[in-house]
Amino acid sequence: MKQYFHSVTLDKEKCKGCTNCIKRCPTEAIRVRDGKAKIIKERCIDCGECIRVCPYHAKKAITDSFDKIFEYKYKVALVAPSFYAQFKDKPDVNVILTAICKVGFDYVFEVASSAELVTEVTKNFIQKNNLPKPVISSACPAVVRLIQVRFPNLIANLVPLLAPIELGARLAKERAVSKTGLSPEEIGVFFITPCAAKATYIHEPLGIEKSLVDGCISIKDLYLRILPVMKQIKKPKMLATASTDGIFWAKSGGESFGLSNENNIAVDGIWNVIKVLEEVENQTVEDIDFLEAAACVGGCVGGPLTVTNCFVAKSRINHVLENTKLSPSLYTYSSDLDEAVRWEKTIDFEPIMKLDSDMAVAMQKLEQLEKINDNLPKLDCGSCGAPSCRALAEDIVRGFAKESDCIFRLREKVKKLSVEKGDAQ
Amino acid sequence: MSNRLLLHYNIDSADLHAAGEVSSTVKKILKQLGVAPEIVRRVAISMYEAEINSIIHAGGGFVDVEITTQKIFVRFTDNGPGIEDISLAMQEGYSTASQQVREMGFGAGMGIPNMKRYSDDLKISSAVGEGTVVEITVFINN
Repeated sequence: MKQYFHSVTLDKEKCKGCTNCIKRCPTEAIRVRDGKAKIIKERCIDCGECIRVCPYHAKKAITDSFDKIFEYKYKVALVAPSFYAQFKDKPDVNVILTAICKVGFDYVFEVASSAELVTEVTKNFIQKNNLPKPVISSACPAVVRLIQVRFPNLIANLVPLLAPIELGARLAKERAVSKTGLSPEEIGVFFITPCAAKATYIHEPLGIEKSLVDGCISIKDLYLRILPVMKQIKKPKMLATASTDGIFWAKSGGESFGLSNENNIAVDGIWNVIKVLEEVENQTVEDIDFLEAAACVGGCVGGPLTVTNCFVAKSRINHVLENTKLSPSLYTYSSDLDEAVRWEKTIDFEPIMKLDSDMAVAMQKLEQLEKINDNLPKLDCGSCGAPSCRALAEDIVRGFAKESDCIFRLREKVKKLSVEKGDAQ
Repeated sequence: MSNRLLLHYNIDSADLHAAGEVSSTVKKILKQLGVAPEIVRRVAISMYEAEINSIIHAGGGFVDVEITTQKIFVRFTDNGPGIEDISLAMQEGYSTASQQVREMGFGAGMGIPNMKRYSDDLKISSAVGEGTVVEITVFINN
Protein backbone atom coordinates (compact mmCIF):
# COMPACT_ATOMS: atom_id res chain seq x y z
CA MET A 1 0.00 0.00 0.00
CA LYS A 2 1.28 3.42 -0.86
CA GLN A 3 2.00 5.79 2.02
CA TYR A 4 -0.59 8.47 2.58
CA PHE A 5 0.93 11.89 1.96
CA HIS A 6 0.48 14.46 4.68
CA SER A 7 1.30 18.10 4.47
CA VAL A 8 1.40 18.37 8.27
CA THR A 9 4.80 17.20 9.48
CA LEU A 10 7.09 17.46 12.45
CA ASP A 11 10.38 19.31 12.71
CA LYS A 12 12.11 16.92 15.11
CA GLU A 13 14.84 19.40 16.01
CA LYS A 14 12.33 21.94 17.29
CA CYS A 15 10.00 19.52 19.09
CA LYS A 16 10.40 19.62 22.87
CA GLY A 17 8.06 16.71 23.49
CA CYS A 18 5.48 18.80 25.35
CA THR A 19 1.79 17.94 25.46
CA ASN A 20 0.24 20.88 23.63
CA CYS A 21 -0.39 19.21 20.29
CA ILE A 22 -1.48 15.80 21.56
CA LYS A 23 -4.26 17.37 23.58
CA ARG A 24 -5.56 19.50 20.76
CA CYS A 25 -5.63 16.94 17.97
CA PRO A 26 -9.27 16.21 17.04
CA THR A 27 -8.55 12.66 15.87
CA GLU A 28 -6.07 11.71 18.64
CA ALA A 29 -3.44 11.31 15.95
CA ILE A 30 -0.39 12.48 17.90
CA ARG A 31 1.66 10.78 20.61
CA VAL A 32 4.89 11.80 22.25
CA ARG A 33 7.36 8.92 22.06
CA ASP A 34 10.98 9.12 23.19
CA GLY A 35 10.58 12.80 23.84
CA LYS A 36 9.30 13.73 20.39
CA ALA A 37 5.86 14.07 18.88
CA LYS A 38 4.86 11.39 16.42
CA ILE A 39 1.94 11.74 14.00
CA ILE A 40 -0.11 8.60 13.38
CA LYS A 41 -0.51 8.96 9.63
CA GLU A 42 -3.75 7.05 9.18
CA ARG A 43 -5.50 9.28 11.69
CA CYS A 44 -4.24 12.72 10.68
CA ILE A 45 -6.76 14.82 8.74
CA ASP A 46 -4.36 17.74 8.15
CA CYS A 47 -6.61 20.22 9.90
CA GLY A 48 -3.60 22.19 11.12
CA GLU A 49 -4.64 22.49 14.78
CA CYS A 50 -1.21 21.28 15.91
CA ILE A 51 0.53 23.85 13.72
CA ARG A 52 -1.45 26.56 15.44
CA VAL A 53 -0.88 25.39 19.02
CA CYS A 54 2.77 24.35 18.92
CA PRO A 55 4.66 27.02 20.90
CA TYR A 56 7.98 25.91 19.38
CA HIS A 57 6.81 25.92 15.74
CA ALA A 58 7.80 22.30 15.42
CA LYS A 59 4.70 21.46 13.43
CA LYS A 60 4.66 22.69 9.91
CA ALA A 61 2.80 22.30 6.66
CA ILE A 62 4.83 21.08 3.74
CA THR A 63 4.15 23.11 0.63
CA ASP A 64 6.23 23.37 -2.51
CA SER A 65 9.19 25.67 -2.77
CA PHE A 66 8.54 28.61 -5.06
CA ASP A 67 11.29 27.40 -7.42
CA LYS A 68 9.13 24.45 -8.41
CA ILE A 69 7.07 26.70 -10.66
CA PHE A 70 10.10 27.17 -12.90
CA GLU A 71 10.10 23.46 -13.76
CA TYR A 72 7.18 24.23 -16.06
CA LYS A 73 7.15 26.14 -19.34
CA TYR A 74 3.89 27.88 -18.52
CA LYS A 75 3.03 28.68 -14.94
CA VAL A 76 -0.50 29.20 -13.66
CA ALA A 77 -1.36 30.55 -10.21
CA LEU A 78 -4.71 29.45 -8.78
CA VAL A 79 -5.33 32.23 -6.32
CA ALA A 80 -7.59 31.46 -3.36
CA PRO A 81 -9.85 34.39 -2.43
CA SER A 82 -8.46 34.29 1.12
CA PHE A 83 -5.25 35.70 -0.41
CA TYR A 84 -6.95 39.05 -1.08
CA ALA A 85 -7.72 39.45 2.61
CA GLN A 86 -4.04 39.46 3.57
CA PHE A 87 -3.46 43.05 2.47
CA LYS A 88 -4.42 46.20 4.28
CA ASP A 89 -5.87 49.36 2.71
CA LYS A 90 -8.09 47.45 0.28
CA PRO A 91 -5.72 47.23 -2.69
CA ASP A 92 -7.07 46.83 -6.21
CA VAL A 93 -7.34 43.08 -6.87
CA ASN A 94 -5.95 43.79 -10.34
CA VAL A 95 -2.75 45.01 -8.68
CA ILE A 96 -2.48 41.85 -6.59
CA LEU A 97 -2.98 39.63 -9.64
CA THR A 98 -0.59 41.66 -11.80
CA ALA A 99 2.06 41.40 -9.09
CA ILE A 100 1.64 37.62 -9.04
CA CYS A 101 2.38 37.59 -12.77
CA LYS A 102 5.42 39.82 -12.24
CA VAL A 103 7.08 37.41 -9.80
CA GLY A 104 7.01 34.52 -12.22
CA PHE A 105 3.54 33.32 -13.16
CA ASP A 106 2.25 33.52 -16.72
CA TYR A 107 -1.41 33.33 -15.90
CA VAL A 108 -3.61 33.83 -12.88
CA PHE A 109 -6.91 32.11 -12.25
CA GLU A 110 -9.13 33.33 -9.45
CA VAL A 111 -10.51 30.39 -7.47
CA ALA A 112 -13.38 32.73 -6.58
CA SER A 113 -14.45 32.36 -10.24
CA SER A 114 -14.72 28.60 -10.07
CA ALA A 115 -16.38 28.97 -6.65
CA GLU A 116 -19.17 30.96 -8.33
CA LEU A 117 -19.67 28.10 -10.77
CA VAL A 118 -19.64 25.48 -8.02
CA THR A 119 -22.35 27.49 -6.24
CA GLU A 120 -24.56 27.30 -9.33
CA VAL A 121 -23.99 23.57 -9.76
CA THR A 122 -24.56 22.93 -6.05
CA LYS A 123 -27.91 24.74 -6.20
CA ASN A 124 -29.02 22.56 -9.12
CA PHE A 125 -27.66 19.42 -7.56
CA ILE A 126 -29.45 19.90 -4.26
CA GLN A 127 -32.66 20.67 -6.07
CA LYS A 128 -32.54 17.61 -8.33
CA ASN A 129 -31.20 15.07 -5.87
CA ASN A 130 -32.67 13.92 -2.66
CA LEU A 131 -29.64 14.04 -0.39
CA PRO A 132 -30.07 13.33 3.32
CA LYS A 133 -30.44 16.54 5.31
CA PRO A 134 -28.49 18.51 6.19
CA VAL A 135 -26.49 18.50 2.99
CA ILE A 136 -22.88 19.02 4.02
CA SER A 137 -20.40 21.11 2.05
CA SER A 138 -17.38 19.22 0.74
CA ALA A 139 -15.24 22.31 0.14
CA CYS A 140 -12.98 21.88 3.19
CA PRO A 141 -10.84 18.76 2.69
CA ALA A 142 -10.09 18.49 6.41
CA VAL A 143 -13.81 18.27 7.14
CA VAL A 144 -14.34 15.67 4.41
CA ARG A 145 -11.47 13.63 5.88
CA LEU A 146 -12.94 14.05 9.36
CA ILE A 147 -16.25 12.67 8.13
CA GLN A 148 -14.44 9.87 6.33
CA VAL A 149 -12.69 8.67 9.50
CA ARG A 150 -15.08 9.69 12.27
CA PHE A 151 -18.60 10.15 10.91
CA PRO A 152 -19.13 7.41 8.30
CA ASN A 153 -22.88 7.80 8.53
CA LEU A 154 -22.61 11.31 7.17
CA ILE A 155 -20.62 10.49 4.02
CA ALA A 156 -23.95 10.34 2.16
CA ASN A 157 -24.73 13.92 3.23
CA LEU A 158 -21.65 15.36 1.49
CA VAL A 159 -22.13 17.35 -1.71
CA PRO A 160 -20.43 15.01 -4.22
CA LEU A 161 -19.02 17.83 -6.35
CA LEU A 162 -15.53 19.10 -7.11
CA ALA A 163 -14.27 21.82 -4.81
CA PRO A 164 -13.54 25.22 -6.43
CA ILE A 165 -9.78 24.49 -6.36
CA GLU A 166 -10.18 21.44 -8.61
CA LEU A 167 -12.66 22.97 -11.02
CA GLY A 168 -10.35 25.97 -11.20
CA ALA A 169 -7.38 23.74 -12.04
CA ARG A 170 -9.33 22.07 -14.83
CA LEU A 171 -10.55 25.30 -16.37
CA ALA A 172 -7.17 27.00 -16.06
CA LYS A 173 -5.28 24.10 -17.58
CA GLU A 174 -7.72 23.81 -20.47
CA ARG A 175 -7.44 27.51 -21.13
CA ALA A 176 -3.63 27.46 -20.92
CA VAL A 177 -3.42 24.56 -23.38
CA SER A 178 -5.58 26.31 -25.95
CA LYS A 179 -3.80 29.62 -25.44
CA THR A 180 -0.23 28.31 -25.71
CA GLY A 181 -0.47 25.09 -27.71
CA LEU A 182 1.69 23.43 -25.05
CA SER A 183 0.92 19.96 -23.74
CA PRO A 184 -0.81 19.74 -20.32
CA GLU A 185 2.42 18.35 -18.80
CA GLU A 186 4.30 21.51 -19.72
CA ILE A 187 1.79 23.64 -17.84
CA GLY A 188 2.20 23.90 -14.09
CA VAL A 189 -0.90 24.80 -12.06
CA PHE A 190 -0.09 26.03 -8.54
CA PHE A 191 -2.60 26.65 -5.82
CA ILE A 192 -1.83 29.54 -3.49
CA THR A 193 -2.91 27.81 -0.31
CA PRO A 194 -4.07 29.09 3.07
CA CYS A 195 -3.85 25.64 4.66
CA ALA A 196 -2.20 22.26 4.98
CA ALA A 197 -5.37 20.36 4.15
CA LYS A 198 -5.42 21.68 0.58
CA ALA A 199 -1.71 20.91 0.22
CA THR A 200 -2.52 17.34 1.21
CA TYR A 201 -5.57 17.26 -1.02
CA ILE A 202 -3.58 17.72 -4.24
CA HIS A 203 -1.68 14.51 -3.43
CA GLU A 204 -4.60 12.65 -1.87
CA PRO A 205 -7.63 14.03 -3.69
CA LEU A 206 -11.14 13.28 -2.46
CA GLY A 207 -13.81 12.01 -4.83
CA ILE A 208 -11.46 11.88 -7.83
CA GLU A 209 -8.45 9.79 -8.87
CA LYS A 210 -5.97 12.53 -9.57
CA SER A 211 -5.87 16.24 -8.95
CA LEU A 212 -4.83 18.54 -11.79
CA VAL A 213 -3.11 20.87 -9.33
CA ASP A 214 0.64 20.39 -9.74
CA GLY A 215 1.79 22.12 -6.58
CA CYS A 216 0.95 24.37 -3.66
CA ILE A 217 2.63 27.62 -2.68
CA SER A 218 1.72 28.93 0.74
CA ILE A 219 -0.05 32.26 1.06
CA LYS A 220 2.67 33.61 3.36
CA ASP A 221 5.40 32.72 0.87
CA LEU A 222 3.72 34.50 -2.06
CA TYR A 223 2.61 37.40 0.14
CA LEU A 224 6.20 38.29 1.00
CA ARG A 225 7.26 38.02 -2.63
CA ILE A 226 4.60 40.27 -4.10
CA LEU A 227 4.33 42.92 -1.38
CA PRO A 228 7.28 45.03 -2.65
CA VAL A 229 6.25 44.42 -6.27
CA MET A 230 2.71 45.69 -5.71
CA LYS A 231 4.01 49.12 -4.77
CA GLN A 232 5.66 49.52 -8.15
CA ILE A 233 2.61 48.73 -10.22
CA LYS A 234 1.05 51.88 -11.56
CA LYS A 235 -0.97 50.44 -14.42
CA PRO A 236 -2.23 46.99 -13.51
CA LYS A 237 -3.46 44.50 -16.08
CA MET A 238 -7.22 44.11 -15.92
CA LEU A 239 -7.31 40.57 -14.58
CA ALA A 240 -9.92 40.61 -11.82
CA THR A 241 -13.26 39.10 -12.77
CA ALA A 242 -14.62 37.33 -9.70
CA SER A 243 -17.55 38.86 -7.82
CA THR A 244 -18.30 38.85 -4.13
CA ASP A 245 -20.33 35.62 -4.49
CA GLY A 246 -17.09 33.79 -5.18
CA ILE A 247 -14.82 35.89 -2.98
CA PHE A 248 -17.04 35.34 0.07
CA TRP A 249 -16.16 31.64 -0.02
CA ALA A 250 -12.98 32.70 1.79
CA LYS A 251 -14.89 33.30 4.99
CA SER A 252 -17.18 31.14 7.03
CA GLY A 253 -20.74 31.63 5.80
CA GLY A 254 -19.65 32.65 2.32
CA GLU A 255 -20.57 29.45 0.59
CA SER A 256 -24.06 29.42 2.11
CA PHE A 257 -24.42 33.10 1.23
CA GLY A 258 -24.32 32.19 -2.45
CA LEU A 259 -26.74 29.29 -2.08
CA SER A 260 -29.44 31.57 -0.69
CA ASN A 261 -31.30 28.74 1.04
CA GLU A 262 -33.15 29.63 4.16
CA ASN A 263 -32.00 27.11 6.66
CA ASN A 264 -28.24 27.19 6.33
CA ILE A 265 -25.71 27.15 9.08
CA ALA A 266 -22.00 27.83 8.83
CA VAL A 267 -19.75 26.22 11.42
CA ASP A 268 -16.07 27.01 11.69
CA GLY A 269 -13.27 25.66 13.85
CA ILE A 270 -12.68 21.90 13.85
CA TRP A 271 -13.96 21.37 17.40
CA ASN A 272 -17.19 23.21 16.65
CA VAL A 273 -17.55 21.15 13.49
CA ILE A 274 -17.16 17.94 15.50
CA LYS A 275 -19.78 19.06 17.98
CA VAL A 276 -22.30 19.79 15.26
CA LEU A 277 -21.55 16.60 13.33
CA GLU A 278 -22.10 14.60 16.52
CA GLU A 279 -25.52 16.20 16.81
CA VAL A 280 -26.31 15.60 13.16
CA GLU A 281 -25.35 11.95 13.64
CA ASN A 282 -27.67 11.74 16.64
CA GLN A 283 -30.39 13.36 14.53
CA THR A 284 -30.91 16.20 16.93
CA VAL A 285 -30.55 18.88 14.27
CA GLU A 286 -33.37 18.26 11.86
CA ASP A 287 -34.35 21.68 10.65
CA ILE A 288 -31.11 22.50 8.80
CA ASP A 289 -30.92 22.16 5.00
CA PHE A 290 -27.30 23.00 4.36
CA LEU A 291 -24.31 22.76 6.63
CA GLU A 292 -21.20 24.66 5.68
CA ALA A 293 -18.26 23.47 7.73
CA ALA A 294 -14.69 24.75 7.80
CA ALA A 295 -11.86 23.33 9.90
CA CYS A 296 -10.36 26.77 10.52
CA VAL A 297 -11.89 29.48 12.67
CA GLY A 298 -13.24 32.17 10.36
CA GLY A 299 -13.18 29.84 7.35
CA CYS A 300 -10.30 29.70 4.85
CA VAL A 301 -9.06 33.13 5.97
CA GLY A 302 -8.17 31.38 9.24
CA GLY A 303 -5.86 28.89 7.57
CA PRO A 304 -2.53 28.21 9.31
CA LEU A 305 -0.54 29.40 6.27
CA THR A 306 -2.06 32.85 6.12
CA VAL A 307 -0.44 36.06 7.33
CA THR A 308 -3.29 38.14 8.72
CA ASN A 309 -5.31 37.46 11.85
CA CYS A 310 -8.44 35.58 10.81
CA PHE A 311 -10.88 38.05 12.35
CA VAL A 312 -9.29 40.99 10.60
CA ALA A 313 -9.14 39.01 7.37
CA LYS A 314 -12.79 38.01 7.68
CA SER A 315 -13.79 41.63 7.88
CA ARG A 316 -11.51 42.58 4.97
CA ILE A 317 -13.23 40.03 2.74
CA ASN A 318 -16.31 42.27 2.81
CA HIS A 319 -14.34 45.15 1.29
CA VAL A 320 -12.08 43.37 -1.19
CA LEU A 321 -13.69 44.82 -4.29
CA GLU A 322 -14.05 48.41 -3.09
CA ASN A 323 -11.18 49.69 -5.21
CA THR A 324 -11.37 47.10 -7.97
CA LYS A 325 -12.75 47.42 -11.45
CA LEU A 326 -13.95 44.02 -12.60
CA SER A 327 -13.71 42.70 -16.14
CA PRO A 328 -16.20 40.24 -17.60
CA SER A 329 -15.41 36.64 -16.66
CA LEU A 330 -14.24 34.15 -19.27
CA TYR A 331 -15.86 31.39 -17.32
CA THR A 332 -19.62 31.27 -17.15
CA TYR A 333 -22.03 28.63 -15.99
CA SER A 334 -23.46 26.23 -18.55
CA SER A 335 -25.57 23.15 -17.83
CA ASP A 336 -22.87 20.71 -18.99
CA LEU A 337 -20.92 21.72 -15.88
CA ASP A 338 -23.52 19.91 -13.78
CA GLU A 339 -22.15 16.56 -14.92
CA ALA A 340 -18.54 17.67 -15.33
CA VAL A 341 -18.00 18.56 -11.70
CA ARG A 342 -19.48 15.40 -10.20
CA TRP A 343 -17.18 13.26 -8.09
CA GLU A 344 -15.80 10.30 -10.00
CA LYS A 345 -15.69 7.98 -7.04
CA THR A 346 -17.25 7.57 -3.65
CA ILE A 347 -15.56 8.32 -0.38
CA ASP A 348 -15.02 5.15 1.61
CA PHE A 349 -15.18 4.95 5.38
CA GLU A 350 -11.79 4.45 7.00
CA PRO A 351 -12.32 2.86 10.41
CA ILE A 352 -9.17 4.23 12.04
CA MET A 353 -10.36 3.62 15.59
CA LYS A 354 -11.04 -0.10 15.14
CA LEU A 355 -9.11 -2.26 17.61
CA ASP A 356 -9.16 -5.42 15.51
CA SER A 357 -10.71 -6.64 12.27
CA ASP A 358 -12.23 -9.58 14.15
CA MET A 359 -15.01 -8.27 16.36
CA ALA A 360 -14.57 -11.01 18.98
CA VAL A 361 -10.89 -10.10 19.34
CA ALA A 362 -11.77 -6.41 19.39
CA MET A 363 -14.18 -7.11 22.24
CA GLN A 364 -11.47 -8.80 24.29
CA LYS A 365 -9.15 -5.89 23.65
CA LEU A 366 -11.84 -3.46 24.66
CA GLU A 367 -12.52 -5.30 27.89
CA GLN A 368 -8.81 -5.14 28.66
CA LEU A 369 -8.77 -1.47 27.68
CA GLU A 370 -11.58 -0.64 30.10
CA LYS A 371 -9.83 -2.54 32.89
CA ILE A 372 -6.56 -0.68 32.34
CA ASN A 373 -8.42 2.61 32.07
CA ASP A 374 -10.11 1.99 35.43
CA ASN A 375 -6.67 1.83 37.05
CA LEU A 376 -5.39 5.04 35.50
CA PRO A 377 -5.68 8.31 37.45
CA LYS A 378 -8.13 9.98 34.98
CA LEU A 379 -6.17 13.20 35.09
CA ASP A 380 -5.59 13.20 31.33
CA CYS A 381 -2.30 14.96 32.05
CA GLY A 382 -0.62 13.80 28.87
CA SER A 383 2.70 13.04 30.57
CA CYS A 384 2.66 9.50 29.16
CA GLY A 385 2.56 10.95 25.66
CA ALA A 386 -1.07 10.03 24.98
CA PRO A 387 -3.81 12.69 24.94
CA SER A 388 -5.90 11.05 27.68
CA CYS A 389 -5.84 8.15 30.13
CA ARG A 390 -8.22 6.28 27.89
CA ALA A 391 -5.98 6.85 24.87
CA LEU A 392 -3.05 5.43 26.87
CA ALA A 393 -5.16 2.39 27.75
CA GLU A 394 -5.89 2.00 24.06
CA ASP A 395 -2.20 2.29 23.17
CA ILE A 396 -1.33 -0.36 25.77
CA VAL A 397 -3.90 -2.75 24.30
CA ARG A 398 -2.58 -2.06 20.83
CA GLY A 399 0.93 -2.87 22.10
CA PHE A 400 2.41 0.60 21.63
CA ALA A 401 2.73 1.57 25.30
CA LYS A 402 2.94 0.08 28.79
CA GLU A 403 1.24 0.90 32.07
CA SER A 404 4.43 2.28 33.60
CA ASP A 405 4.37 5.02 30.95
CA CYS A 406 1.87 6.60 33.34
CA ILE A 407 3.99 8.51 35.84
CA PHE A 408 1.42 8.03 38.58
CA ARG A 409 1.38 4.27 38.07
CA LEU A 410 5.16 4.29 37.92
CA ARG A 411 5.36 6.22 41.18
CA GLU A 412 3.07 3.71 42.87
CA LYS A 413 5.20 0.90 41.56
CA VAL A 414 8.42 2.49 42.83
CA LYS A 415 6.84 3.13 46.22
CA LYS A 416 5.70 -0.47 46.44
CA LEU A 417 9.16 -1.71 45.50
CA SER A 418 10.86 0.46 48.10
CA VAL A 419 8.43 -0.69 50.78
CA GLU A 420 9.08 -4.30 49.83
CA LYS A 421 12.79 -3.66 49.90
CA GLY A 422 12.41 -2.01 53.31
CA ASP A 423 10.48 -5.02 54.58
CA ALA A 424 13.19 -7.35 53.37
CA GLN A 425 15.87 -5.49 55.25
CA MET B 1 -12.24 -15.71 27.42
CA SER B 2 -15.64 -14.11 27.38
CA ASN B 3 -17.63 -13.41 24.28
CA ARG B 4 -19.77 -10.86 25.98
CA LEU B 5 -18.81 -7.33 26.83
CA LEU B 6 -20.63 -5.70 29.72
CA LEU B 7 -20.56 -1.97 30.33
CA HIS B 8 -22.20 0.08 33.03
CA TYR B 9 -22.80 3.82 33.20
CA ASN B 10 -24.53 6.18 35.56
CA ILE B 11 -26.63 9.07 34.38
CA ASP B 12 -26.07 11.10 37.53
CA SER B 13 -27.67 14.40 36.97
CA ALA B 14 -30.78 16.02 35.73
CA ASP B 15 -28.53 18.34 33.73
CA LEU B 16 -29.54 18.58 30.10
CA HIS B 17 -26.08 19.81 29.19
CA ALA B 18 -24.70 16.40 30.06
CA ALA B 19 -27.28 14.73 27.84
CA GLY B 20 -25.79 12.45 25.25
CA GLU B 21 -22.58 11.65 27.09
CA VAL B 22 -23.37 7.99 27.60
CA SER B 23 -24.59 7.42 24.06
CA SER B 24 -21.49 9.24 22.80
CA THR B 25 -19.22 6.99 24.86
CA VAL B 26 -20.95 3.86 23.62
CA LYS B 27 -20.81 5.15 20.07
CA LYS B 28 -17.05 5.52 20.40
CA ILE B 29 -16.74 2.00 21.81
CA LEU B 30 -18.82 0.47 19.02
CA LYS B 31 -16.60 2.20 16.47
CA GLN B 32 -13.55 0.73 18.21
CA LEU B 33 -15.16 -2.70 17.94
CA GLY B 34 -15.57 -2.19 14.21
CA VAL B 35 -19.37 -2.42 14.29
CA ALA B 36 -20.88 -1.29 10.96
CA PRO B 37 -21.63 2.47 10.88
CA GLU B 38 -25.34 1.99 10.22
CA ILE B 39 -25.69 -0.23 13.32
CA VAL B 40 -23.71 2.27 15.40
CA ARG B 41 -26.03 5.01 14.21
CA ARG B 42 -29.15 3.09 15.18
CA VAL B 43 -27.78 2.29 18.63
CA ALA B 44 -26.61 5.87 19.15
CA ILE B 45 -29.92 7.46 18.17
CA SER B 46 -32.09 5.15 20.26
CA MET B 47 -29.73 5.40 23.23
CA TYR B 48 -29.63 9.17 22.95
CA GLU B 49 -33.42 9.35 23.08
CA ALA B 50 -33.57 7.07 26.11
CA GLU B 51 -30.83 9.04 27.82
CA ILE B 52 -32.64 12.31 27.27
CA ASN B 53 -35.84 10.78 28.62
CA SER B 54 -34.22 9.57 31.80
CA ILE B 55 -32.78 13.04 32.37
CA ILE B 56 -35.94 14.96 31.52
CA HIS B 57 -38.43 12.72 33.29
CA ALA B 58 -36.57 10.75 35.93
CA GLY B 59 -33.60 12.91 36.97
CA GLY B 60 -31.11 10.29 35.84
CA GLY B 61 -30.61 6.58 36.31
CA PHE B 62 -28.19 3.96 35.07
CA VAL B 63 -27.40 2.12 31.87
CA ASP B 64 -26.23 -1.43 31.25
CA VAL B 65 -24.87 -2.35 27.86
CA GLU B 66 -24.27 -5.89 26.72
CA ILE B 67 -22.40 -6.43 23.49
CA THR B 68 -21.92 -9.73 21.68
CA THR B 69 -20.93 -10.36 18.08
CA GLN B 70 -24.64 -10.85 17.35
CA LYS B 71 -26.33 -7.96 19.06
CA ILE B 72 -26.18 -4.88 21.21
CA PHE B 73 -28.54 -4.85 24.16
CA VAL B 74 -29.02 -1.72 26.26
CA ARG B 75 -31.05 -1.40 29.45
CA PHE B 76 -31.93 1.99 30.95
CA THR B 77 -33.17 1.88 34.53
CA ASP B 78 -34.49 4.80 36.52
CA ASN B 79 -36.37 5.48 39.73
CA GLY B 80 -38.46 8.22 38.22
CA PRO B 81 -42.21 8.80 38.26
CA GLY B 82 -42.93 5.96 35.83
CA ILE B 83 -45.10 6.01 32.71
CA GLU B 84 -48.83 5.91 33.28
CA ASP B 85 -49.90 4.75 29.84
CA ILE B 86 -47.10 3.17 27.81
CA SER B 87 -49.13 2.83 24.60
CA LEU B 88 -49.91 6.54 24.74
CA ALA B 89 -46.22 7.33 25.29
CA MET B 90 -45.40 5.30 22.17
CA GLN B 91 -47.45 7.68 20.02
CA GLU B 92 -45.62 10.28 18.00
CA GLY B 93 -46.04 13.76 19.37
CA TYR B 94 -47.23 12.68 22.80
CA SER B 95 -45.15 14.14 25.61
CA THR B 96 -45.50 14.97 29.27
CA ALA B 97 -42.37 17.15 29.26
CA SER B 98 -42.57 20.46 31.09
CA GLN B 99 -42.81 23.78 29.31
CA GLN B 100 -39.26 24.61 30.41
CA VAL B 101 -37.91 21.44 28.83
CA ARG B 102 -39.84 22.10 25.63
CA GLU B 103 -38.41 25.58 25.42
CA MET B 104 -34.99 23.98 25.35
CA GLY B 105 -35.92 22.06 22.24
CA PHE B 106 -36.76 18.74 23.83
CA GLY B 107 -40.06 17.04 24.59
CA ALA B 108 -41.34 16.84 21.03
CA GLY B 109 -42.87 13.47 21.72
CA MET B 110 -40.53 11.66 19.32
CA GLY B 111 -38.35 9.95 21.92
CA ILE B 112 -39.99 6.57 22.27
CA PRO B 113 -41.20 6.45 18.64
CA ASN B 114 -37.59 7.03 17.54
CA MET B 115 -36.31 4.32 19.89
CA LYS B 116 -38.79 1.95 18.30
CA ARG B 117 -37.91 3.04 14.80
CA TYR B 118 -34.15 2.65 15.19
CA SER B 119 -34.03 -0.51 17.30
CA ASP B 120 -34.91 -4.10 16.40
CA ASP B 121 -36.65 -4.67 19.68
CA LEU B 122 -37.91 -2.27 22.31
CA LYS B 123 -39.35 -3.26 25.67
CA ILE B 124 -40.62 -0.77 28.21
CA SER B 125 -41.80 -1.74 31.63
CA SER B 126 -42.87 0.84 34.12
CA ALA B 127 -44.64 1.25 37.42
CA VAL B 128 -46.03 4.62 38.43
CA GLY B 129 -44.12 6.03 41.36
CA GLU B 130 -41.39 3.39 41.10
CA GLY B 131 -39.57 3.87 37.84
CA THR B 132 -39.06 2.72 34.30
CA VAL B 133 -36.91 0.13 32.54
CA VAL B 134 -36.27 0.58 28.84
CA GLU B 135 -34.63 -2.27 26.92
CA ILE B 136 -33.27 -1.68 23.45
CA THR B 137 -31.90 -4.39 21.18
CA VAL B 138 -30.13 -3.84 17.89
CA PHE B 139 -28.93 -6.89 15.96
CA ILE B 140 -25.65 -7.01 14.11
CA ASN B 141 -26.05 -8.81 10.81
CA ASN B 142 -22.67 -10.15 9.93
